[in-house]
Amino acid sequence: MQIFNIVIAGVGGQGVLMASKVLAESALASGMDVKQNEVHGMAQRGGSVISFVRIGDQVSSPVVMPGSADLLISFEPLEALRYSHYLKPGGRLLYNRVAINPSTVAAGMAVYPQDVEEQIAAACANAHGIDALAIARQAGNGKAVNMVMVGTVMKYLPMDEEIIRDVVRKIARGKGVEVNMKALAGGAEA
Amino acid sequence: MKKIISGNEAIALGFGDSGGVFASGYPGTPSTETLEEVARLGQVYCEWAPNEKVALESAIGGSIAGGRSLATMKHVGVNVAADALLTLTYTGVNAGLILMVADDPGMHSSQNEQDSRNYAKFAKIPMLDPADSQESYDMVRTGFEISEQFDTPVMLRTTTRISHAKGVVVPQEKIAPQVGQWVKNVPKYVMLPSFGKLRHVEVEARLLRLQEYAETTPLNRIEMRDPELGIITSGVAYQHVRESFPEASILKLGLAHPLPTRKIREFAASVKRLVVVEEMDAIFEEQVRAMGVAVEIGKNKLPLCGEINADILRTALGKEATATTVPVEGLPQRPPVFCPSCAHRGLFTILSKLKVFVSGDIGCYTLGALPPMNAMHAVIDMGASISAAHGMAKVNAIAGREEKPVAVIGDSTFFHSGMTGLMSMAYNGGNALVIIMDNRTTGMTGGQENPGTGETLQGVPVRQVEMVPLVKALGIDNVAELNTYDLKATEAAIKKGLETPGPYVLIDKNPCILRYKIRKLAMSVDQEKCTGCRACLKVACMALGLTASGEKQKVRVDPNVCNGCGVCKQMCKFDAMHELEGENYANL
Ligand SMILES: Cc1ncc(C[n+]2csc(CCOP(=O)(O)OP(=O)(O)O)c2C)c(N)n1
Repeated sequence: MQIFNIVIAGVGGQGVLMASKVLAESALASGMDVKQNEVHGMAQRGGSVISFVRIGDQVSSPVVMPGSADLLISFEPLEALRYSHYLKPGGRLLYNRVAINPSTVAAGMAVYPQDVEEQIAAACANAHGIDALAIARQAGNGKAVNMVMVGTVMKYLPMDEEIIRDVVRKIARGKGVEVNMKALAGGAEA
Repeated sequence: MKKIISGNEAIALGFGDSGGVFASGYPGTPSTETLEEVARLGQVYCEWAPNEKVALESAIGGSIAGGRSLATMKHVGVNVAADALLTLTYTGVNAGLILMVADDPGMHSSQNEQDSRNYAKFAKIPMLDPADSQESYDMVRTGFEISEQFDTPVMLRTTTRISHAKGVVVPQEKIAPQVGQWVKNVPKYVMLPSFGKLRHVEVEARLLRLQEYAETTPLNRIEMRDPELGIITSGVAYQHVRESFPEASILKLGLAHPLPTRKIREFAASVKRLVVVEEMDAIFEEQVRAMGVAVEIGKNKLPLCGEINADILRTALGKEATATTVPVEGLPQRPPVFCPSCAHRGLFTILSKLKVFVSGDIGCYTLGALPPMNAMHAVIDMGASISAAHGMAKVNAIAGREEKPVAVIGDSTFFHSGMTGLMSMAYNGGNALVIIMDNRTTGMTGGQENPGTGETLQGVPVRQVEMVPLVKALGIDNVAELNTYDLKATEAAIKKGLETPGPYVLIDKNPCILRYKIRKLAMSVDQEKCTGCRACLKVACMALGLTASGEKQKVRVDPNVCNGCGVCKQMCKFDAMHELEGENYANL
């Protein structure tokens, strides 16, 4: 199997790490080799976050190079655009349409591009945006945006959907299971 | 059973599975999760020390008492612990001792990019350099064996992409905790000059024995493929080499110090072109060249700064890079910021307004240096805020300048190494305003416990160190409390501290909202009353933003992000900001 490269982008606090964990665990449970890597240094909310998941028969480097991602999942539109160059030609982009202001915009030092979605469409012919926050809220918790996004990409992954659901069940435990399962299902339909 | 875990988690697991008994460390990215995971696994005693020197010294004690011990820290932490390390190499160990150090090439979250391999050379001790999670796990066991066999501390060195990258690990059979005798041995453990001299001779002899070990250990392996290209490498760089040059022959060094000279010669002789691939310093390359072996490509083509990746390698070796795509330009940056409702925000809003010189320190509050605050003007190393402010004040006095410097430091950093600077300021008749942001946690690295938290790493409730009596005991008379959520009071308190001659300490006790999960109702802006003056935007909160362009852009609050601290509200002269009615809590 050729290596399948996934990039997950978002804003600190949105649960990029948890989504990455779900994908990596699912790949392992499917009997594939996997490396997952994000650089998490600072605990603060609000910074740009990017994470890599690489799946294959044998994976060496934990890093996805620009121009080589099969799939880019972004929890925020501006971050989708920022990391769109990680996609390889023909790569697929799924993003949450709900914008979060960077501090530079909040402080009036920069402007959030109003045409961000047009720019995304121009950068990637295979892009699809959803309102993940609304779906997460419907599932019972606005924080479940990450699981909505995992739900959205399930059908494009080299893993069985049931394995992914199993992993989420295991990780979420207790009360979170129902919300997360609904979030996965909501994402899958969007 | 197979697991997918990070290098840090693998080291923690390896420690528990390899007879580990005692672990101490100080948080620091990218090393932090190692000790957190030891605590989570719950099988071995572990603790946070207030700084890296204490952590290593405690581990030394653990080893002398006969327990396999581990100290964890980030690269710069070794500077703090270096005094202990450079003599520990003389005493050697009783039970095995590993110093785990995590380097940060690329400076993802560090103040410098130092290469810890220099310390292994400096201290003349073995250093293990794992290339993935499995090796991180295995090398803990090997490290203890080497430590005990050669009577030496062992450094286990990771980099960010080893510590934080997750890979598949198959654990080995678990061995029981290794606790041996506690023996008195004066000439071995008392480093008086007369004993130290003898131990130094032993250190040099030990290094020769380790060199022999390096020749034969499977930690260093030759992978012969195409003899056209031979690459000497280690750590994550090995993975990048495998990725970009799958056909190349490789000498993979699992032991980064000391080097196997015969093996290197043998490898060099069996390949046509010899390349050395290492991140940061030219440590391997210099040693290989000093052996008289020709290196075609090393730091002449590869960077000394930052990380190496597959594309950098391809380009350096004359292959084409995979990346043909370019990033979209001109997008707004998204740097990390104070969390919504962080107590640091109010402080820097006022410091920025007062335009004072701020001698800063390392923690979340360092973000106060960034625009639009621009309110931090020197940051060197942990604890330096106070001592540097003291030096500034002395020179200011000599130069006849009136201005009093302000030092800003967090609780964890104060306990780490700020206390001695404050004591010096009191002792030497200094003149600075010191603001301690006592949020009862080590925030920047993810909210770890410290002596002020009231809880240990393993969750045991303990007495909190109280800041006010501590500061007074160090010799400071003028100590007052601060509440940075109240901007007017904060401004008044800072002004008073600046006007009062001599050392003056202000302590803010508001807890970290992230660690203590403090949730408040979101704010909203009355669009009728907002004039679009943007005064509130000066607080640099990501919950604020301008409405879509129109006649006059006004401010709006994102209720998904706002955590209702009300600092922005105090900036508003038009009474346009209010708490939202009903249940509305931020999603962050
Ligand atoms: C010698 C050294 N050890 C560890 C670190 C990692 N580090 C960066 S900031 C920080 C502590 C921050 O805690 P605190 O001072 O309480 O401030 P807060 O982030 O909570 O505001 C640590 C441990 C470092 N930079 N240098």
